[in-house]
Amino acid sequence: MTMEETALDRAGIGEGTVAGLHVGEVVARAAQSRGDGEGTVLPRDLGPVPPRRNLRAFRRDELFNVLGAASTGVCVAILLFAWLAPFSGFLGFLVVAYIAFLATYALLTALSADGPTVRDRIWTTVLGSAAAVLFLGLAQVLWFTLWRGVPAMRHLNFFTQDLADAGPLDPLTQGGVLHAMVGTLEMIAIALLITIPLGLACAVYLTQVGGRGSVLVRTVVEAMTALPSIVAGLFIYATLILLLGFRLSGFAAAVALSVMMLPIIIRSADVVLRLVPGGLREASEALGAPRWRTVWYVVLPTVRSGLVTSVILGTARGIGETSPVLLTAGYTTYLNADPVSGPQVSLPLLTFMLVRSGQPSYIQRGFGAAALLMAIVVALFVLARVFAGRAPGRVTARRARRLARRSACDQARMRRRRYELPGMAGGELPGRDPGSFHLGESP
Amino acid sequence: MTQVSTEQRPRVVKAAPGLADRIFHGGSRLTGLFVFAVMGAIGLFLALRAVEALRAVGFRFLTTAQWQPDVHRFGIAAVLTGTVLIAAVAVVVSVPLATGTALFISEVAPVWLRQWLVSLVDLMAAVPSVVYGLWGLVFLEGNVIGVARWLSTWFGWIPIFRVDGADPADPLASASVYTASTFVAGLTVSMMVAPIQCSVMREAFSQAPPGEREGAYALGATRWGMISSVVLPFGRGGMIGGTMLGLGRALGETIAVYMVISQVFDIQPHILQVGTNSVSSLIALRYGDASGFGLSALMAAGLALFVITLLVNFTASTIAARSRSGAQSEV
Repeated sequence: MTMEETALDRAGIGEGTVAGLHVGEVVARAAQSRGDGEGTVLPRDLGPVPPRRNLRAFRRDELFNVLGAASTGVCVAILLFAWLAPFSGFLGFLVVAYIAFLATYALLTALSADGPTVRDRIWTTVLGSAAAVLFLGLAQVLWFTLWRGVPAMRHLNFFTQDLADAGPLDPLTQGGVLHAMVGTLEMIAIALLITIPLGLACAVYLTQVGGRGSVLVRTVVEAMTALPSIVAGLFIYATLILLLGFRLSGFAAAVALSVMMLPIIIRSADVVLRLVPGGLREASEALGAPRWRTVWYVVLPTVRSGLVTSVILGTARGIGETSPVLLTAGYTTYLNADPVSGPQVSLPLLTFMLVRSGQPSYIQRGFGAAALLMAIVVALFVLARVFAGRAPGRVTARRARRLARRSACDQARMRRRRYELPGMAGGELPGRDPGSFHLGESP
Repeated sequence: MTQVSTEQRPRVVKAAPGLADRIFHGGSRLTGLFVFAVMGAIGLFLALRAVEALRAVGFRFLTTAQWQPDVHRFGIAAVLTGTVLIAAVAVVVSVPLATGTALFISEVAPVWLRQWLVSLVDLMAAVPSVVYGLWGLVFLEGNVIGVARWLSTWFGWIPIFRVDGADPADPLASASVYTASTFVAGLTVSMMVAPIQCSVMREAFSQAPPGEREGAYALGATRWGMISSVVLPFGRGGMIGGTMLGLGRALGETIAVYMVISQVFDIQPHILQVGTNSVSSLIALRYGDASGFGLSALMAAGLALFVITLLVNFTASTIAARSRSGAQSEV
């Protein structure tokens, strides 16, 4: 076996998979029939074209293979666990059934197909099961939280009261998480007020202005995405609170969150801004626009949806952070709407504190807060998807109409200008291509 | 002759930016500088405060397991071992799952399903860590005991799977030696980092050049043949980058780990045994009652963690940049 053959074999090219081969054969025969061998000859005398084969179809015997192997797997596992071996446990049962299923499936496929095909089937199954395990696991995480959170969330007072009067022994009909909702909202709002202008301006600097310094800034920003959130919290705790004498407050927590979110927003906005087609910017500059106009009227509108997405994803990340808030916000059970004085609490921090207390009713409330937090994150995420569904430069129908109107206005204005300034009239330019026409000239 | 050569030299184009442009440039440069200064200040401040503590104990910082900064006996031997082991368990569990899922999404799943799965994975990556911590604490702690017992019974001869004080022959033995362990924390964190890894890997896999894919198919390759000869070699950089990114996240994770583990200040190499520790949990536990010096000791621990995650991240981005992954094939 030569090297090429082994390589082909490794790539899964075997006897049973010659779908592409007979076409090549036919072409070769057609070339032969022409006889003279002067370059490529298109096969013109092939007769009627055979019906196109469906390569993706799931054949019925495949289905039977899968079903047969699955039932064999389950049966083998039942046999082992109930009769033959001293095995027990649901997880072990699943694992044994799965291994038996794979082995049987390989065997069944091998009856009718060659090695590469068997390997293909087995690997496809394994990939599918990995995806299934991951998605089921994650769905279980979410389902578990929601399911345990609903009892607390079913009562309206969960959203309208704080925990000041609700002790560990009070029923769920008393007390809620209003204070944490307000705290989360204020913290994230302050954090966004800090990070959006800074982050977007810094991303614009990195991509549109550049220069020697930008490499340094980009490196440092990238390094800061590795900053563990607890260390960011510790930094704010040590500087803002211990060194500068601020009290534990929502504002300090918002600053800590900003330190976490800023590198994330800068980095994703940087990636998005680099997607602006160079031609657009060049066209704008070729029309004589100064750099800031190019950025403001061409670059930023082009990637508006991408920038919104990067901000929303940064928000989702910041809203769920617990550890910076743990170190800087303090903890209260009563509603405190003033972010600069007095401790505040956010939803993730409240969840953490309630669950850590170990009281059953507090744990239930904690699940409620976690479920609420997750609902907020999911809502933010859906919002991000709505914006991110569009590629750079793609706009909604309404916006497209508005752009077209504005463009028509521009054209009208230019046409007026042409009559006002006789020197600017088209048609007097030397060497004009007769097929083209210029702006302001009716075609 | 000279006339011709001057004619052919490209004209030097020099635009004189107007006032507005100069303000724009200056302003954005100033923002960049500000961000740089803030970020740099964080690193510098951490380092400066950490030096105070490091100078007090010197090299023993790396070998001491205790954490008693007020009597100058503290070190990160225990917490760092715990951190690395938790992250290792997380990565060992999450990488096969993430790789398989990424390949499934980019290669196997039907097109109509693909976008849904991509959104789902990205959503999972945005789920707050406290939710995963809650799940690990309330659900996983109780349900993982069987697996842990099985592992320690049959693989107890491998040192890391040994559990002291457990007797597999005694059916009434307390199961509490298997809870709150490195293993449970690692599993919790693995659920957290798998979506991140998966989304980086999928991005790399989906960029494999279509020409080469079709080439493999045209040579008669099966789908797995195409994957193993085109997609996997092309996406190797993305796989490594995604793995490292997840590793960095797992090393720095605080709340999920803090909720799940029970903290001990001994080097705990047995991953199934109750009790472990991590750098970030240490900080979360001790920041409140720390004196000035104790705080700088915590800063030193935080700095050590930061340096490690930084190294991991930069290795990842270097590997990802050197490989072919993400290189757009020119059309």
